[in-house]
Amino acid sequence: MSMNARAGAKMALSGLAAAPLASPACAEAIGQPHPWQLGLQPQVTEIGERINSLHNGLLVIITLITVFVLALILYTLFRFHEARNPVPSRTTHNTFLEIVWTIVPVMILVGIAIPSFSLLRFKLVPPPADIVMKATGSQWLWTYDYPKDQGGGFTIVSKMLDEKERGELIAKGTSPEDAPRLLAVDNEVVLPVGKIIKVEVTSTDVIHGFNLPAFGVKVNAIPGRNNEVWFKVDTEGLYYGQCTQICGDQHSEMPLAFHIVSPERYSEWLKEAKAKFASNGASHARVADARPLAP
Amino acid sequence: MAYGAAFNPHAEHPASDSHAAHPTGLRRWLFSTNHKDIGTLYLALAIVGMLIGGTFSILMRINLQSPGHHLFSDGQAYNVIVTGHGLIMIFFVIMPALIGGFGNWFVPLMIGAPDMAFPRMNNLSFWFTAGGMCLLLLSTQMEGAPGANGVGAGWTLYAPFSTLGHPGPAVDFGILALHTAGAGSILGAINFITTILNMRAPGMTLHRMPLFVWSELVTAFLLLLSLPVLAGAITMLLTDRNFGTTFYDPAGGGDPILYQHLFWFFGHPEVYIMILPAFGIVSQVISTFSRKPIFGYLGMAYAMVSIAVIGFVVWAHHMFTAGLSLDTQRYFTAATMVIAVPTGVKIFSWIATMWGGSIRLHAPMLWAIGFLFLFTVGGVTGVVLANAGVDHVLHNTYYVVAHFHYVLSLGAVFGILCGWYYWFPKMTGYVIPDWMGKTHFWFAFIGSNVTFFPMHFLGLAGMPRHYFDYPDAYAHWHFVASIGSYIFAAGMIFFFFANLYAYFIRKQPAGNNPWGAGATTLEWTLSSPPPFHQYEVLPRITGGDH
Repeated sequence: MSMNARAGAKMALSGLAAAPLASPACAEAIGQPHPWQLGLQPQVTEIGERINSLHNGLLVIITLITVFVLALILYTLFRFHEARNPVPSRTTHNTFLEIVWTIVPVMILVGIAIPSFSLLRFKLVPPPADIVMKATGSQWLWTYDYPKDQGGGFTIVSKMLDEKERGELIAKGTSPEDAPRLLAVDNEVVLPVGKIIKVEVTSTDVIHGFNLPAFGVKVNAIPGRNNEVWFKVDTEGLYYGQCTQICGDQHSEMPLAFHIVSPERYSEWLKEAKAKFASNGASHARVADARPLAP
Repeated sequence: MAYGAAFNPHAEHPASDSHAAHPTGLRRWLFSTNHKDIGTLYLALAIVGMLIGGTFSILMRINLQSPGHHLFSDGQAYNVIVTGHGLIMIFFVIMPALIGGFGNWFVPLMIGAPDMAFPRMNNLSFWFTAGGMCLLLLSTQMEGAPGANGVGAGWTLYAPFSTLGHPGPAVDFGILALHTAGAGSILGAINFITTILNMRAPGMTLHRMPLFVWSELVTAFLLLLSLPVLAGAITMLLTDRNFGTTFYDPAGGGDPILYQHLFWFFGHPEVYIMILPAFGIVSQVISTFSRKPIFGYLGMAYAMVSIAVIGFVVWAHHMFTAGLSLDTQRYFTAATMVIAVPTGVKIFSWIATMWGGSIRLHAPMLWAIGFLFLFTVGGVTGVVLANAGVDHVLHNTYYVVAHFHYVLSLGAVFGILCGWYYWFPKMTGYVIPDWMGKTHFWFAFIGSNVTFFPMHFLGLAGMPRHYFDYPDAYAHWHFVASIGSYIFAAGMIFFFFANLYAYFIRKQPAGNNPWGAGATTLEWTLSSPPPFHQYEVLPRITGGDH
């Protein structure tokens, strides 16, 4: 349990609230879902914004197609109901129509593919990173390594707050919204805003899913492999994600919490964290050994 | 595909089975070699499977109706129910109903064959499948993950969660269940291919076959080519678990991603295995109730062939978040989008079949039209998911759950029920009152949309799959989805009573052809139910008119 990181989170959150907010949608908490939500979470990275705009375009196209097909079906049912058309035609071919309904979908798909491929390239070819870190999934928690050469050299073990721990936190004055059930963790990852961050993702046991919906980022944590994702977050805040690969009993109880702060606050936090998590070598070993998988 | 004028009426001999003794009782049902009896057995198996798999889905929806731990005390118990729901619905409901059930019943009838090519092998296929289901149900009573019973690894059984994560014998039972059911399906596929290629009545050329027979032929090839890959993949899983191999274990030089490639090389064609026969049924029904031959028959047949061929080269779109290279993701994005083209051809050809027809909205037609619209919805969200960049956000969220239930629960299942209402009179000799089929349709149509449409929103908001408890913000749409599932379930209960009523109480005779001039395929020239052995003198087909 780290009340320090939690206090830091609250500090940054209050800073965020004071900042001028661009749109009324931001009145909803960012970085987590909200009730009756219809679309993607507000995206705070360029990757996420590009995904969002491609998705919005696709949504228009697929809605038009669906409405067109539905209208066609309903009109056909009305116009050619046996009451209105007692004698069926025997037409079974129309080469022109058949060519049209083959070629037009092809053109629509090509139109989709162009922005889609550009997005894919942007996502998968990472620019040079400012900060590299490592995220390791285990049943059922996340471990984050901050490399020494970037001012780190420590390891954070991040575990979901259970109901008892959440209760204690709320009793101490945290509002329940700041410690959402199944999302709040004991130790959040802290990273600076506006920096290109690369995360190497792996696992110690079974496959887990490293997933941050507000960043447009998701990759599987696979034992024996290093997958990487990158992002540059534009807005400070606390962003939650949840494991997206079925991994056992507490699959729904190993959230990710990324706290994005100003670079100044990040340097301060690095110093505090170094002192606080310096002894975490032992803790890390415990993670690896804690849940021995039977042979 | 109207054979009415061309069909030789002398082919039907009502007394044609009089020379052969009717097996009865256990001899008839255990040792059956008659394609219609085996079809009935498969349909009975599918109904049992649907009761179990459907109960599982209602248990899930009860649990997810509101956040918190209530119905299931722990996540692994929920995972077992999810896994059971998936495996049962795929292997022991949809496949037995569409292929073993309707395929066995109607492929020989539609091509003018007296029976399947290998009647004894047909019996073996069924009992393999039934044995597979027993093994799967037994697995729920074995230890799987430490301290929990059953397989909770999802229907995909990804290693290493299915190996290191499930040390108990439950997964071994699950693997053997798939091996057994898979062997049954491979034998069935060989039987269908042989029957369709060799036993068509004189004059029934490949290009005169009803589209339902085409769909079963293409499906049989998909089964024959994909199931051995699954068998290999899960055999390696079995040896990894029990004999010290490390195919999928990085600690011994193996790779978990290998399993995913092998699994989805089977898994994606499997999706088309489940939907193609539904395409075939819907084609027959739309043609029948529009009183018009299928529009663009050859295009429809070869659209199915091309869907099947492309279906073999798109598997890694299930793995976009596994860490594939840029070029790999580019290829699988492009290849996946291509599938939308033949699928679009089919949708538009169905509408063109209705266009200019004389449409009667009997219950089977309602189901077919429901299929058309809902499959379109599931298809277009498939185009969204095909884009790897977008899929990186939606992968393993409820958006995917919504997508594949629109194509399977609302596609394949609507196809099954469409076929059920269409062929029930032929199979039993009795008519289900039309209003009952229509009432069931509206329950199912409203219920399934209310269940699955909100799942798109949940998925976009980030709700991951396989969660037995979720952050409170997702509660509202989950509640709506649960209500929808209860509406669907009410429809299913009504369906069972409607069948019992029609079969045991009302007993209104169907006659040879209850659907009138539009029903032109050969099965409607026979009595209802057909004689135990049909076509002792083969029908002679002299022309189709598509």
